[in-house]
Amino acid sequence: MRYLAPATLEDATQMLGSDLGECRILAGGTDLLVRMRSGFAEPDSILDIKRIDGMRDITREDGGWRIGAAVSCAEMGEHAGLSADWPGVVEAAGLIGSTQIQGRCTVAGNLCNASPAADSVPALVAARAMARIAGPDGTRDVAVEHVPTGPGQTSLGKGEFVASIFLPARPENAGDAYLRFIPRTEMDIAVVGCGVSLTLDGDGTCTDAHVALGAVGPTVIIVEAGAKALVGTQVDDAALDALAAACSAAATPIADKRGTVEFRTHVSGVLAKRAAKIAASRAGA
Amino acid sequence: MSKIHVTTKINGDPTEFLCEPDETLLDVLRDRLGMTGSKEGCGTGDCGACSVTVNGRLVCSCLVLGAEADGVEVATIEGMADGDQLHPLQRKFIEHAALQCGICTPGILVAAKSLLETNPNPTEEETRYWLAGNLCRCTGYDKIIRAVMEAGKEMREAS
Repeated sequence: MRYLAPATLEDATQMLGSDLGECRILAGGTDLLVRMRSGFAEPDSILDIKRIDGMRDITREDGGWRIGAAVSCAEMGEHAGLSADWPGVVEAAGLIGSTQIQGRCTVAGNLCNASPAADSVPALVAARAMARIAGPDGTRDVAVEHVPTGPGQTSLGKGEFVASIFLPARPENAGDAYLRFIPRTEMDIAVVGCGVSLTLDGDGTCTDAHVALGAVGPTVIIVEAGAKALVGTQVDDAALDALAAACSAAATPIADKRGTVEFRTHVSGVLAKRAAKIAASRAGA
Repeated sequence: MSKIHVTTKINGDPTEFLCEPDETLLDVLRDRLGMTGSKEGCGTGDCGACSVTVNGRLVCSCLVLGAEADGVEVATIEGMADGDQLHPLQRKFIEHAALQCGICTPGILVAAKSLLETNPNPTEEETRYWLAGNLCRCTGYDKIIRAVMEAGKEMREAS
C-alpha cells in the first residue's frame, strides 16, 4: 500500500489521475481505518488530504461558511461564528462518536461514508449545504444530498473527492436543529435522525422550511410535504402535527435490532416536530 | 513495499521512525518505539485505551496512521509524570482506587488530562460525556469520575 500526502489540490488531482490502483481518500480516518482493519477495505493507496492547503480551514464566503473537508467535527463545535449561524449542523456533527472520534471525524467524511444513519447528513441537507467536489476536470458544486446514492455508495466519479462543504448565508430570523433517537445517552448510531431548517418573517410566520430525515431510508429523505406543512403558519401545534404526519408518511425504514418499522415511522414524526420547535425558537419565534 | 520515514515529536522529544504505510500510530508507538503505555483494546476507535493527543487534540492512536504523525506533536501517557513526580490525575487515581486491571487507565488519564486542559472546572456530567469514549469493564466508572473531579479541584487550587 502507498501513502500519499499532497500539499496542493493540483497535486492531489494529478495523483488521483495516475495509476494508484484502488485509492481511498483519508481525512479523519474514523471510518476508513476501521474498514481497513476489518478487511472491508484493502486499498492499494491512501491519499491523505489533510496537508492540502485550505482543507483544515473554516472560512467566510458569500455570507456563509466553507468548511474544508479535513476540518474535524470538534473544530466545527469550537468555531463560534459557524455555531451561531448553523447550530443544528454543528450539533449534528457533534453527535458523531466519542471525544476521541470528534477530534478526527469530518462532515465530508460522514457524507462520503454514505451510511444511511449518518448524523450530520440530514442536518446538512436541511441547511441546503453544497459539496465542492474536486476531480480531474476541476471542481464542481453539488447539493449534498446528491453525494450518497445508497448505503456505502456515492456519486463521486473516478479520481473525485469532496474538497469542502459550503453552508449558505443564514437568512434573518432563520434557525436550524437536528435531533436523533438513540437508545443510549451518547455514542450510538441514529435509529432515526431529523434535521429542520426554517425561516420566519417579522410576524413569526414561516416563509421557508427544509426538512430531512435520516436512518429511515437508504439515503436521506427530503420531506417536502413536511416543509409545506410549516410554510405560511406560525409553526403552531396544528402545523407541527401536520409536519409529523408528513414525516411519518415519508419514512421508509427497515426493521432491525435497533428499531422496528412502526417505531421508526412514529419517531420520524416526533423528532421532526421537536426539531422544528427548536429551529423556530432559534429563528426567534 | 518501502517504509515511510517519519519525523515527529513525542512528549516533547524529537523522534524519527520508519513505518509501513498502513501501520497505525498505536502500532508504531508500541512495536517500534517501545512505548507500551498506550494499549490496544478494540483497534476500532470504540474503547479509548489507545488515547493520545496529536497537536493537543485527543484522538485514538489506533485510528491514526504512523505516517500521519510527520511534523506533528504527539503526547502519550509516558509523558504525563514528571520523572518520579506523578501528575495529580495519576495520584488521585491511586488514592481513589480508580483502576482495577489497569488496561483502560493510560487512555483514561490521557483523556482526562485533555479534558482538564480544555475545561479546568468541568461538571460531573461534562466529565462523564468527555470520557464516554473510554471504556472500563472493572470499575463501574464512579471512582474514575471522582478521581478526575478531585484532580481538577486540586489543580485549580494549585494554579
